[in-house]
Amino acid sequence: MSRISIEQVKHVADLARLAITDEEAEMFTKQLDAIITFAEQLNELDTENVPPTSHVLDMRNVMREDVPEPGLPREEVLKNAPDQQDGQFRVPAILE
Amino acid sequence: MPLFDHTVSELHTLLQKKEVSISDLVDESFRRIGEVEEKVQAFLTLNEEQARAKAKELDDQLAKGEETNPLFGLPIGIKDNIVTKGLRTTCASKILYNFDPIYDATVMERLHAAGTITVGKLNMDEFAMGSSTENSGFQLTRNPWDLERVPGGSSGGSAAAVAAGEVPFSLGSDTGGSIRQPAAFCGVVGLKPTYGRVSRFGLVAFASSLDQIGPITRTVEDNAYLLQAIAGVDPMDSTSANIPVPNYVEALTGDIKGLKIAVPKEYVGEGVEEGVRQSVFEALNVLEKLGATWEEVSLPHSKYALATYYLLASSEASANLARFDGVRYGYRTDNAKNLIDMYKLTRSEGFGAEVKRRIMLGTFALSSGYYDAYYKKAQKVRTLIKRDFENVFEQYDVIIGPTTPTPAFKIGEKTNDPLTMYMNDILTIPVNLAGVPAISVPCGFVDGLPVGLQIIGKHFDESTVYRVAHAFEQATDYHKQKPVL
Repeated sequence: MSRISIEQVKHVADLARLAITDEEAEMFTKQLDAIITFAEQLNELDTENVPPTSHVLDMRNVMREDVPEPGLPREEVLKNAPDQQDGQFRVPAILE
Repeated sequence: MPLFDHTVSELHTLLQKKEVSISDLVDESFRRIGEVEEKVQAFLTLNEEQARAKAKELDDQLAKGEETNPLFGLPIGIKDNIVTKGLRTTCASKILYNFDPIYDATVMERLHAAGTITVGKLNMDEFAMGSSTENSGFQLTRNPWDLERVPGGSSGGSAAAVAAGEVPFSLGSDTGGSIRQPAAFCGVVGLKPTYGRVSRFGLVAFASSLDQIGPITRTVEDNAYLLQAIAGVDPMDSTSANIPVPNYVEALTGDIKGLKIAVPKEYVGEGVEEGVRQSVFEALNVLEKLGATWEEVSLPHSKYALATYYLLASSEASANLARFDGVRYGYRTDNAKNLIDMYKLTRSEGFGAEVKRRIMLGTFALSSGYYDAYYKKAQKVRTLIKRDFENVFEQYDVIIGPTTPTPAFKIGEKTNDPLTMYMNDILTIPVNLAGVPAISVPCGFVDGLPVGLQIIGKHFDESTVYRVAHAFEQATDYHKQKPVL
């Protein structure tokens, strides 16, 4: 049985802000299904009382002195912008 | 003898004695690039003009006789996911085809302080996602030992450039094997340091809990010199460890008497090609003659590492790659009418197939209703895998096995099936999940293709890893073999 449907794949693509064609949706459905089926072998393991590891080193919050430091200059930050205006990043209309 | 057949310390001596100049070294790098790059195609961007100018400047400093850093004046290649101020950095992705970084990664600042000269930026799998460098958005890099084969990946350009003699050494990055696997395939030395040993500031993030920058070199000693220059805590990376950096070169004593080696049965069993297995057992014989002992052990959760890795790395990637949206830098589509369309089309046109696949997998694993079943489950299994290593390291000094199940495969051989490609990393991935350091050193040839020996150490014990790798290297001559190009 398929673990993931083509509708789910299209929904995930939308969440990930990817435009995919119907052809790609079909391909991803097959490939993600294979990978997820493979990943389900993890269910063989009882992890009821196992804590999750998000980070391998035993570190907690790392703080620095609360002293203001200069940020990057505005011209530098805008240097790679695909579009800009009046010292700001310019984007297409948000509302149609 | 070609200049780059010399070790780092030999080159340093030649410079100090004025037998060669820094400009000679930079000339040699570009001469060799001119000679072989058409075949190997390791570089995405060359930095010729600036490198030559820098060489002149450093030659003047050298003449004053004050520069003693062992790396001073040496040319280096940098993987293209490490940001270099004023030098195009693409991650081998069309989405960053024109990206001109406005600051240097911390490792670059440290290399500049040591006096290295950046020759160019090296090809890779797009955003470091891949095991063959075939996922580059720009070009195919070829294995210098056999141009029909892949150099490995994702740091394929970094390993191929060193193997081809284009640079004496390079930097790569390793999330699931991306330094060690190409080092093995190209017959060079590659180290993934302990997670937190080297600052990740300025390394374009793939999977932040796994990524580490590390050196690719021709000898173990060279590797130790390069790690020395880049290791240490960095206020710009809160995951860099505030633990003193030892003198790695001093650790290369050649003495491994009484060393206790663990050989996981899972690393030499099914799926590992016979020639590779033989090379590893011959290497263990060499180490035994040097006074070490080895025993078979078990890392029982090894078989779950691959699934764990793909869920975690893809989840982290899906979050990290959200920043590529066409707003602040890189590619932007011309075809969008509104903001959401602009995001979607920019990303769809800018990312390659493997990157999209992993973003999709990661987004799915993190999405509502699936988070506990996939992402959190994988985090728990990661704990079990980490404990496997802790248990073995209670009784042994290092863990040894092959770096890869097979030598370099042919271009195009595994591109159709993502899972088959992923299987290639089965022996390197557990190391990233546990966060421990590991090196790949040349340990033989199968049908003319290099084989890598993987030596895994305890957290922050790169010194022991280097000591063992160096003792093995000095007792063998695999590292002296060069591909004919």
